[in-house]
Amino acid sequence: MGEYRPLTEGLRAYRLIAGMWVRSTLTYRASFAMTAFGGLVVTGLDFVTIVLMFSRVDVLGGYSLPEVAFLYGLSATSFGLADLAIGSADRLGRRVRDGTLDILLVRPAPVLAQVAADRFALRRIGRVAQGSLVLGYALIASDIAWTPVKALMVPGMLVCGGAIFSAVFVAGAAFQFVAQDASEVQHAFTYGGQTLLQYPPTVFGKELVRGVTFMFPLAFVNWVPAAYVLGRPYPLGGLPRWAAFAPPLVAVGCCAAAALAWRAGLRSYRSTGS
Amino acid sequence: MGAGRLYAAVATGGFRRYATYRAATAAGVFTNTAFGLILVYTYLALWEEKPHLGGYDQAQAVTFVWLGQALYATLAIQGGGFEVEFMERIRTGEVAIDLYRPVDLQGWWLANDLGRALFQLLGRGVVPFAFGALVFETALPDDVGTWSAFLVSVALAMVVSFGIRYLVALTGFWLIDGTGALQALMVTGIFCSGMTLPLNAFPGTLGEIVRALPWAAQVQVPADVLMGTAAPLPSFLFQGAWAVVLLAAGRLLQTAAARRVVVQGG
Repeated sequence: MGEYRPLTEGLRAYRLIAGMWVRSTLTYRASFAMTAFGGLVVTGLDFVTIVLMFSRVDVLGGYSLPEVAFLYGLSATSFGLADLAIGSADRLGRRVRDGTLDILLVRPAPVLAQVAADRFALRRIGRVAQGSLVLGYALIASDIAWTPVKALMVPGMLVCGGAIFSAVFVAGAAFQFVAQDASEVQHAFTYGGQTLLQYPPTVFGKELVRGVTFMFPLAFVNWVPAAYVLGRPYPLGGLPRWAAFAPPLVAVGCCAAAALAWRAGLRSYRSTGS
Repeated sequence: MGAGRLYAAVATGGFRRYATYRAATAAGVFTNTAFGLILVYTYLALWEEKPHLGGYDQAQAVTFVWLGQALYATLAIQGGGFEVEFMERIRTGEVAIDLYRPVDLQGWWLANDLGRALFQLLGRGVVPFAFGALVFETALPDDVGTWSAFLVSVALAMVVSFGIRYLVALTGFWLIDGTGALQALMVTGIFCSGMTLPLNAFPGTLGEIVRALPWAAQVQVPADVLMGTAAPLPSFLFQGAWAVVLLAAGRLLQTAAARRVVVQGG
């Protein structure tokens, strides 16, 4: 046995545990198909609401329906990817409360990988599918002046957005070491963040936009780079032009911050006991 | 022990059970406020573009958002009330014990859920609503009569919400696994209650249909009673009629379901 490499080990453990859950899910194929489809419908309703809004107006915050669909598709797909990969982490609070986290601590695999792969739910693919469908519609319906750079930015945004949302999930999980019962707070940032990004930044108050651009940089999932792709000015004047290409940097920064938070959280863990 | 006192005790139990989790309640308040903020801005943009959409002005649209957030947990619009526990009892067969008790099953859960709803209204509803009313321009009445009518309407909404979820929970007798039914409850709850868009802003025939469904009794009707955009008496009648229909349907379905229960073992 060579030296211990946490990342390789973690990915291996993740693959094994997730694979086990996928096999177990696919045992009940009909149930899987129904819940995946149900998930698609549930998340699709957000978009139906947007379509209903556009049945009454032509633009929202200056954005047309295909442009809002572009934002929506990017936000929903990257959130879906993060939710699929690591969404199980939001159940950590329950494990902390009932003490079953101890089981994960004694296993010879990184805890984060185990927590993320725990009850890996393949049905969450419904959300990714729904987001991709809307994104596909947006790409067809909008008249973007495509350049090679812009074309490359679309998959780039999905990957970086997925990484940023994953960081939010991990930070949320770390928060649950401290908060336990208050796990719902993280929904304000995960589901809330996803909903926020589905609408144009021009809709929201300047302070809110500034907050999610500079303090809690969710805006780099889609708002900032998408403004470049759509050829629209970003509603915050002070942002330099190269900011549109910053998502990879922001994603790395977010993941590093989340990793630190996770370590701090895990170190502070004290098992329940009698 | 009189029936009234019994149900009061069950309701108090439901209230106190939820009151125990203070951190969870605070977290819920925070989350509802955050979602309210996001929705308010989208509505403001929508009403900016189309003033008087659905007969509301901007202040009324804002009021609608915060009312929806305040009633979200109270009316268990996405689920999350008694039905989760009840369905688990149906799945495990523990419901057989419940059926044996000298208490009415539907009445028991209704009392339990009303206790929960009352706590959620006070614990999770008041703060986001007050925040919204302080920070944004809202359309709130200043006479006691309208506020009392609003409270009556909220109480009726609680019963309608229970009626819907009781029917969903009873499907557990046939389906065993409740995932799909709860998912359907979530979809209809969010969409048909007006949580994402006020029902009077829905276009054409779709609007007419959703406004006649029982979910309209949940957020739309109390909102209209509060803002004076609907007369109280017809609103109560609409809510009351759905409450009676749903409870009666629940009663019928329960009778059919109870005949299916087979207690294992000897």
